Amino acid sequence: MIKWLKGDATDKDVVISSRVRLARNLENIKFPSIMDSEQSMEVIKKVKEAVYDNDMGDFSFYSLKDLNEIDKKVLVEEHLISLSLLETPDKSAFLLRNDYKSTIMINEEDHIRMQVLLPGLDLEKGFDLCNKEDDMLENNLKFAFDEKLGYLTSCPTNVGTGLRASVMLHLPALVMTGQVNRVLQAVNQVGLTVRGLYGEGTDALGNLFQISNQTTLGKSEEEIIKKLKNIVLQIIAKERMSRKGLLNSKKLEIEDKVFRSLGVLKNARILTSKEAMKLLSNVRLGIAMDIINKLDINTINNLMINIQPSSIQKKLNKELTPKDRDIKRADIIREALIN
Amino acid sequence: MICDECGKNSATVHLTKIVNGQKNEVHLCEECAKKNKDFDFESPFSIHHFLSGLLDNVQDEPMKVNYNTIEKCENCDMSYSEFKQSGRFGCSECYKQFNNRLGPLFKQIHGHEKHTGKVPKRAGGEIRIKKEIENLKKKLDMAVKKEEFEKAAELRDKIKELESEVK
Ligand SMILES: [Zn+2]
Ligand SMILES: [Zn+2]
Repeated sequence: MIKWLKGDATDKDVVISSRVRLARNLENIKFPSIMDSEQSMEVIKKVKEAVYDNDMGDFSFYSLKDLNEIDKKVLVEEHLISLSLLETPDKSAFLLRNDYKSTIMINEEDHIRMQVLLPGLDLEKGFDLCNKEDDMLENNLKFAFDEKLGYLTSCPTNVGTGLRASVMLHLPALVMTGQVNRVLQAVNQVGLTVRGLYGEGTDALGNLFQISNQTTLGKSEEEIIKKLKNIVLQIIAKERMSRKGLLNSKKLEIEDKVFRSLGVLKNARILTSKEAMKLLSNVRLGIAMDIINKLDINTINNLMINIQPSSIQKKLNKELTPKDRDIKRADIIREALIN
Repeated sequence: MICDECGKNSATVHLTKIVNGQKNEVHLCEECAKKNKDFDFESPFSIHHFLSGLLDNVQDEPMKVNYNTIEKCENCDMSYSEFKQSGRFGCSECYKQFNNRLGPLFKQIHGHEKHTGKVPKRAGGEIRIKKEIENLKKKLDMAVKKEEFEKAAELRDKIKELESEVK
């Protein structure tokens, strides 16, 4: 079970997760891309002390250099740390809260990147938690801030609020009915970014899409969150409408598709990541539409992460060839769906 | 086609660069392309690479002699041209150092040049209160438009209270 996926969540039929991230830097210290190892140690020490001094909850500290390759990649697959944090293992570290819902990354692109990750649609709570953590860190740390430009970041695309909020959506019906590109284009035009979680556009693996704010300067945090939420709610409504439409016009075809997918997942002995994601997406849709009611949607959310390459290898505690991974992937899925 | 740079090897890399709206085609051999700073082999989709393209377009004033190479951040030693190339600042002081050239860049990326969000407590009570007043005034406008008069009255009181703190 992925820890952060646990707990109550709203709009689970369409939304997988909500994430809020704040970028912060310490005044006058070189940004991670050009800092030396001494400076990186100094930043790590300061941030770590700030977290523990302020009683910010039960955080465990990890230095990237102490983790093995598979463990690091599993953390990325579980969305707990970013891929870019792995780029400079000798300079980077992170703190992970024991419910796995909050991570404070140190020396990623910025000195500090704190993120809160929650299941379902819960942007306000995500921001609230992140904002409180920011307040607490501020008791100890002097963040680089400019009256006109706001929080100063390594990349000019993050300056201002340093806020990136995103929602991961499952949009199978919009993909099936050929509407997804039009919807996503519209989303782009209102200044939000969309990308397939694994892959782009209609090829997005598992029909998973991540929508986030594109700009960080000139709007308040609340305004950014509100706008993103507003658009996401509209997409959710469109996806639900398409699902209803499918039930009305193609009930049998949809049921056939869902149960065939479940049948393959329960019986296959070899599954590529691509095929598995496609079938899991169909089954997830079937659960959300009450076509299947013996399975929990969280089981599928978990599987979508657990069948990623490093997570499979972690489970077996060894490196596997792609072929062996496909076999093991089928095992993991059968086991989860039959019990 | 022969490489533009060395004139010896045949060109296999073709690069279209747009500077100040002028299209510029460059044809290079693999080797020369690797040396060319405009061509990033490692990460062709890097946001930073894309940014340096933007920076080329916001060359606001006509080039002054050597202005580019001389301007350096006193704190981290990064020059403006290095920033242009990488698309990343070296430290928080770079913002001050290159301040007069950055406005158009922020405008292009964000559509705005001014932060209106959170202010850290340490940045001085005064800025914080001023921003809070601006915020409340926006909310007041909304409340008046929606004819929520009770809420508007509350907001007015709060604004007065904060204004007296700044004066
Ligand atoms: Zn050449
Ligand atoms: Zn600097």
